[in-house]
Amino acid sequence: MSALAVPVGPDDHARGPASAPVTLVEYGDYECPYCGDAYPVVRAVERDFGRALRFVFRNFPLTQAHPHAEHAAEAAEAAGAQGKFWEMHDLLYTHQDTLTDADLLVHAESAGADPAAVRDGLVAHTFAARVREDFRGGVRSGVNGTPSFFINGARYDGARDVASLTEAIATIL
Amino acid sequence: MTPLQSTGPLAVGTQAPDFTLHCTPDQTVTLSELRGHPVVLAFYPADWSPVCGDQMGLYNEVLPEFHKHGAELLGISVDGSWCHAAFAEARHLHFPLLADFEPKGAIAKQYGVFRANDGFTERALFVLDKEGVITWSYVSPVGVNPGADGILTALDDLTARPAAGAAR
Repeated sequence: MSALAVPVGPDDHARGPASAPVTLVEYGDYECPYCGDAYPVVRAVERDFGRALRFVFRNFPLTQAHPHAEHAAEAAEAAGAQGKFWEMHDLLYTHQDTLTDADLLVHAESAGADPAAVRDGLVAHTFAARVREDFRGGVRSGVNGTPSFFINGARYDGARDVASLTEAIATIL
Repeated sequence: MTPLQSTGPLAVGTQAPDFTLHCTPDQTVTLSELRGHPVVLAFYPADWSPVCGDQMGLYNEVLPEFHKHGAELLGISVDGSWCHAAFAEARHLHFPLLADFEPKGAIAKQYGVFRANDGFTERALFVLDKEGVITWSYVSPVGVNPGADGILTALDDLTARPAAGAAR
C-alpha cells in the first residue's frame, strides 16, 4: 500500500530535469491547508537540491471538503495547456484564500495565461477528465489524504518539514 | 503499532453476518437486502475524529469508482444515528453511515473487530461479494487512514472472477 502505481511520464507536470536522480511526487489539493503548509517546504527542498531533484505535482482535489479545489485544479491544468502550469500552481498555493472562479481568472492572468481560455476550459470542464485521472491514480497508489508524497516511487510518511524531507531525499543521493 | 484489542476480522470465505442497523433516526439498512451487489463495509472508530473524517471524506470522493464495480459502501461505527446525521451533513457524505449503537458494537463483535477496552471498533475494511461472502479484509492501525487502494484491488478481483456457474 505504499508504492506509486502510475509511473512519472511525459504527461506529468514536472519541474527539474528528467535525468535527476531523485523524483519527488506530490498528490495535492489547492484548497487544502496542509498542502499550503507543505508548499514552501517543497520550494525550499527544490532550491536546496537544484538539478538533483525533479518535482512532479498531481491533482488530488477533495471536492466535497473543499468547494474550490476542483476548479482550482482544472484552472491550473488550463493554464498548463498554455505552458503556464507552474506559474499558476505557485500563485494558487500563495493565494489559497482567493480561489473563487473570478479569483482563478485573475490568477490565470497574473500567471501569463489567457484568462478567457481558462474560463472557457472551466465552463466546458475540458480538464476535468485529466484531474480525475490524476485522482484515480492517486487512490490506486494508496493516497489517503493530502498532501501525499512519493520519493522515487516510494511513499514518504515522514514529517513535512524541510529537514525531514531533505534527509529522506539525501539518503538516496 | 497499536495492538489489536479485538479477536481479529472474520476470515475470507466466511458468510458475512447479516444485520439491520439505523442509518438515520428513522431509516435502516439490512445487509442481506444488498445481495446482488458487492458490498464494502468500513468499520471506523468514531465520527468527527480527524483520521476518520479524512477516511470517510476520501471514500466519499472515491465513491464513483466503487459504483463502477456496482458496489455499495457502508460506513459503520458505534456512534448513534443523530451523530451520524450531523457528521454526514457536515462532510457532505453520499453513502450511509450505520449506527452499531445498541447494544453497542454488537455487529462489530460479530465481525471480530470490536476494541473491547476502547469501546469502539477497529478501523477495519471488508469486501463482500454479491452473495455476501467475505472476499477480502484489512485491519488498519487505529490512527492510520488505510486509503482505498486495497478495496479497489479487491473489487477488481471480484469483477475479474468468472460468474458462479459459468465455469465448466
